[in-house]
Amino acid sequence: MSPDYNPHDPGAPLDPLPGHSSRGRLERVLRRGEFAVTAELNPPDSANPQDVYERAAIFDGWVDGINAVDASGANCHMSSVGICALLTRMGYAPIMQIACRDKNRIAIQGDVLGASAMGVQNVMCLTGDGVQAGDQPGAKPVFDLDCMSLLETVRIMRDNSKFLSGRKLTTPPQVFLGAAINPFAPPYDFRPYRLAKKIEAGAQFVQSQYCFDVPMFREYMKKVRDLGLDEKCFILVGVGPMASAKTARWIRSNVPGIHIPDSIIARLEGAQDQKKEGKQLCIDIINEVKEIEGVSGVHVMAYRQEEYVAEIVHESGVLKGRQPWKRETLPADALVAERLEHIREGKEENQQEMAGAAAHHPH
Amino acid sequence: MAEPKVAGAAEAKIVKGNAAAAAKAATGAFTPSGVSPSRRSRHKYTVRLWAVRNSRFLEWFYNRFADLFLLLHPLWNAIGYGRVERPVTFVERHVKGFLFDCRMCGQCALSSTGMSCPMNCPKQLRNGPCGGVRANGNCEVEPDMPCVWVQAWKGSQNMTKGDAILNVQKPVNQSLRETSSWLRVTAEAAARREAQAKEKQA
Repeated sequence: MSPDYNPHDPGAPLDPLPGHSSRGRLERVLRRGEFAVTAELNPPDSANPQDVYERAAIFDGWVDGINAVDASGANCHMSSVGICALLTRMGYAPIMQIACRDKNRIAIQGDVLGASAMGVQNVMCLTGDGVQAGDQPGAKPVFDLDCMSLLETVRIMRDNSKFLSGRKLTTPPQVFLGAAINPFAPPYDFRPYRLAKKIEAGAQFVQSQYCFDVPMFREYMKKVRDLGLDEKCFILVGVGPMASAKTARWIRSNVPGIHIPDSIIARLEGAQDQKKEGKQLCIDIINEVKEIEGVSGVHVMAYRQEEYVAEIVHESGVLKGRQPWKRETLPADALVAERLEHIREGKEENQQEMAGAAAHHPH
Repeated sequence: MAEPKVAGAAEAKIVKGNAAAAAKAATGAFTPSGVSPSRRSRHKYTVRLWAVRNSRFLEWFYNRFADLFLLLHPLWNAIGYGRVERPVTFVERHVKGFLFDCRMCGQCALSSTGMSCPMNCPKQLRNGPCGGVRANGNCEVEPDMPCVWVQAWKGSQNMTKGDAILNVQKPVNQSLRETSSWLRVTAEAAARREAQAKEKQA
């Protein structure tokens, strides 16, 4: 049986392992040296929880963590805290993204505590796109913290049991800390040092921006290994299928921070079925990057093509027959079950009757 | 992260605000529709870029200047730091405003950012460039502005203590805005000196 199950009761929460900062299975998988797979959930523009459940169910049994994005591209969607609340309720393992664009340090620290209380084991700290990139460019950009100081803030909360102000926490948030890297944007020679800074600030795993230029990534990783950073942090490479050459071209010129070489676009353009070729290209890139020393996993971003994630993971064979868990039990689950039980067997209260009783007992 | 929208939506958008928007849109580069949150005082970045090119000289000059300010500590103390705050802030705002497009955050990080003011970044990043830097080294939000952090990295390469760019900076204390960073640094240095002197005596 997989070591990620409680030997006494497969549904029960896991005991914390020595040296681990969270009780999550993503950290367990990475620390054991297995190749991890994470995916990004497309956040719904609705107030219906079913939308989130349906979108998460696609990844069932294929990924080690689901990223709950925080208004990616500065476009308004269901909040990452909300998505995480729904996902943890259903036993999924979310990676909660926090962007500095929309919240100041007061809101962020509160959200971290709330998220950890809900059972979120992984928190990813991002700067966030500028408001100008999104659907509401008139919004006030907050950027009170930046990704680095956010990492440090959460690390201080976890390791020192303190708020940024120094006030004490009675129970610190036990979370595995993540960050983002983009090796494909200038200043290229600063990028590895920036990763070093993030690690110093508290990053334990990083997910990269879409990788379409493998030679460039290899060069980056060489520098990262020279600095010894791959031993201090787990690096997950961002990959994803492109629907067509036209989309690729559009993304290249309209989404900041994504570097797509001409050869990739030419390959997509030359294909009969561009969508299929896009998927194959993604699998080829996974197969190339997984061989690079220091790479611990892949982060599959299949925006609006989420149904392909399972195929991509299966066909690239990165899991080597391992099946990620489908359901994670939370320490609070027993409490919720007990409460539901009480509700079921307790007597029903009729508000009309209660109001009547009160009316007959004048002061 | 990435979020491709329906193709063609960007072309339909009318671009307003953001200095010389029409010229930017004509280049075909992604042009955000809003005005940058950091107000521009100038259309060109000549002086700012000059400061980065001459970061080594400015570093040397600032060190002398800081020493001089520390030397004047008894004078500041005699007049009272609170009372000199206003005139010094006035001078600081205009000198640094001219040289670096200073935003008066009150906690100057120029020495550790290659003499490129990080508060000019539309995201006000103080710890390095975001992932959105364009291939030509310009800002993702303001397509015609050279990325503050690409410049910072260049500037730090010339400086004797350029490695300070690798330090993790604390979050900005917003309550120090519009105050003099020079005086604060001087007061702190003086306090440190006194503490050291006391330690020696004991």
